[in-house]
Amino acid sequence: MVAAVVADKRRLPALPASPGPYRRAWWRLRADRVARASALVFLGMAAAAYLVPLVANIDPYQQSLRDSLLPPGSAGHPLGTDHFGRDVLLRLIDGGRVSLSVGLIAVAIAAVTGGLIGLFAGHFGGWVDRVLMRIIDVKLAFPGILLSLVVITVLGTGLEKVMIAVGVGGIPRFARVVRGSVLNTKGELYVEAARSIGAGNVRIMFAHLLPQTLGPAITIATFGLATAILSIASLSFLGLGAQPPTAEWGLMLAEARKYLRTAWWLAVFPGVAIMLLVLSVNLLGDAVRDALDPRIAGASD
Amino acid sequence: MAKYVAGRLVESIPVLLLASLLVFSILHLIPGDPVDTMLGAAAFGIGDPVEQAKLVAQIRDQLGLNDPFPVQYARWLWGAVRLDLGESFIRHAPVAELIAQRLPSTVELALTALFLSVTVGVSLGIVAALKRNTPVDAGVMLLSLGGVSMPSFWFAMLMILLFSVTLNLLPATGSGSLDRLILPALVLGYEGTGLIARLTRASLLEVLGREYITTARAKGLYRRVVVTRHALRNALIPVVTVIGLQMGRLLAGSIIVETVFARQGVGQLAIEAILQKDYPLVQGIILLTATSYVVANLLVDISYGFINPKIRAA
Repeated sequence: MVAAVVADKRRLPALPASPGPYRRAWWRLRADRVARASALVFLGMAAAAYLVPLVANIDPYQQSLRDSLLPPGSAGHPLGTDHFGRDVLLRLIDGGRVSLSVGLIAVAIAAVTGGLIGLFAGHFGGWVDRVLMRIIDVKLAFPGILLSLVVITVLGTGLEKVMIAVGVGGIPRFARVVRGSVLNTKGELYVEAARSIGAGNVRIMFAHLLPQTLGPAITIATFGLATAILSIASLSFLGLGAQPPTAEWGLMLAEARKYLRTAWWLAVFPGVAIMLLVLSVNLLGDAVRDALDPRIAGASD
Repeated sequence: MAKYVAGRLVESIPVLLLASLLVFSILHLIPGDPVDTMLGAAAFGIGDPVEQAKLVAQIRDQLGLNDPFPVQYARWLWGAVRLDLGESFIRHAPVAELIAQRLPSTVELALTALFLSVTVGVSLGIVAALKRNTPVDAGVMLLSLGGVSMPSFWFAMLMILLFSVTLNLLPATGSGSLDRLILPALVLGYEGTGLIARLTRASLLEVLGREYITTARAKGLYRRVVVTRHALRNALIPVVTVIGLQMGRLLAGSIIVETVFARQGVGQLAIEAILQKDYPLVQGIILLTATSYVVANLLVDISYGFINPKIRAA
């Protein structure tokens, strides 16, 4: 039967290959001006964070008390220095690496765990679905960073703990989206066909259902990265995340509070960095969502 | 309608129970023995080890830590229902009392912020919708994007820099007076203002495109009357739901805002408690926040049923 279909196909006239949904989404994304601009900002910041330390021999922890609290524009310190005489620009670059790395890992934790929960709940349905989704419903009682605070209370403070906490906080959203997408797909004829030729649960879940959830998951992951970067900075600002002397943007702002009256630049530049990064990721998220599914353009959260 | 209200009430019970179970589990999930944490490391290493062990055993027995987990949870939950949330490890006072002292300050802040974000957000949204595709519209949309992308603690610092340091108009820190409420409420309400403005704009534009609006205009009614009497009533229905979600954002956001402005509120107390490993206090605050969030959303959903007859029927 399968062989007959393949044999038939050979006799069909050659059709132009369909570009596929992801390639088409990529074209739409490239045509989007806002997406191009925000991608440029994001990649620029990422390049500065990861490449500059490779090329130049810099040390964001170099103290020099004689040069403390120099204003922006001082010789050798374009963005000034902090209370220990450390260069603000170098610390911002190092902080970008921290924010991006920790944010990406947090999103990965949320995506893998939430994705698996959603896949199992959606595929098996019944009591598996009910139990898993009831657990996910707990999020309905913990707004914003509250769930992350519960995790931090148990694990203790520190940058890695905050990373896990923010990741856990992101699980419910991935689980819901992946489950919804699995429920939409599992009734499709090709899934039934796969089952009828003897494909097992694992094969159906990972080879046939999972690829269909990729689109919505990418959108959630992009927005999730923006949320994660903000949450990590907020928690570090509160003293629960990165500890001194780490160059982390939220922590830098917390330290700047003491010098608000004397050194405004310490309070301004790290915030600008957070906002630029989060804004570019958020705009990119908008564009990715519209590119992947032009029909639902405009629906967020 | 009664059926709808009852349905929503029943739905929120498992969520609350599960949330309370998670909050209760904190004490059992932390590494190490809760009694050791309670006594503090300082108590160990000095004195007679036999006496110490006896003391620990005595406290364990007093706290009921030797009972099975479900018994402990049931006892804790029954206490929580009667507002008995245990005693703080560090402050040696009932948790409920500590929270009650700080609560008025946080409620005052949250309600002011909510009032600001609803009034300002709805007004800006209406203006943006009526002046669609003009610089005014673009300005409102930019403002609302800033609310989502700007970290609230940074916005707070910028406000202090502008209004306290440069202009010397408002005090930067503290609580208790009206001038100390303005900046924190403004900062806390900003994110919600942007979201409500965006939603009001989108919803109003959608309603203004409907046929009954065209009919009303064709009857010769002034645009102003059509917008306020006909369009807004329907356009504001989705905005009501968002107010429920806002309650949650405000509760979580107050933690950050209270820290920046050094306000003696529940949020600041929560951070202190986490840093001091004062677990009963953390549990109490998180349980209170989660419960008020669920209740706020429940009330909004029920009011939504009153506003929108379609929901009742469904």
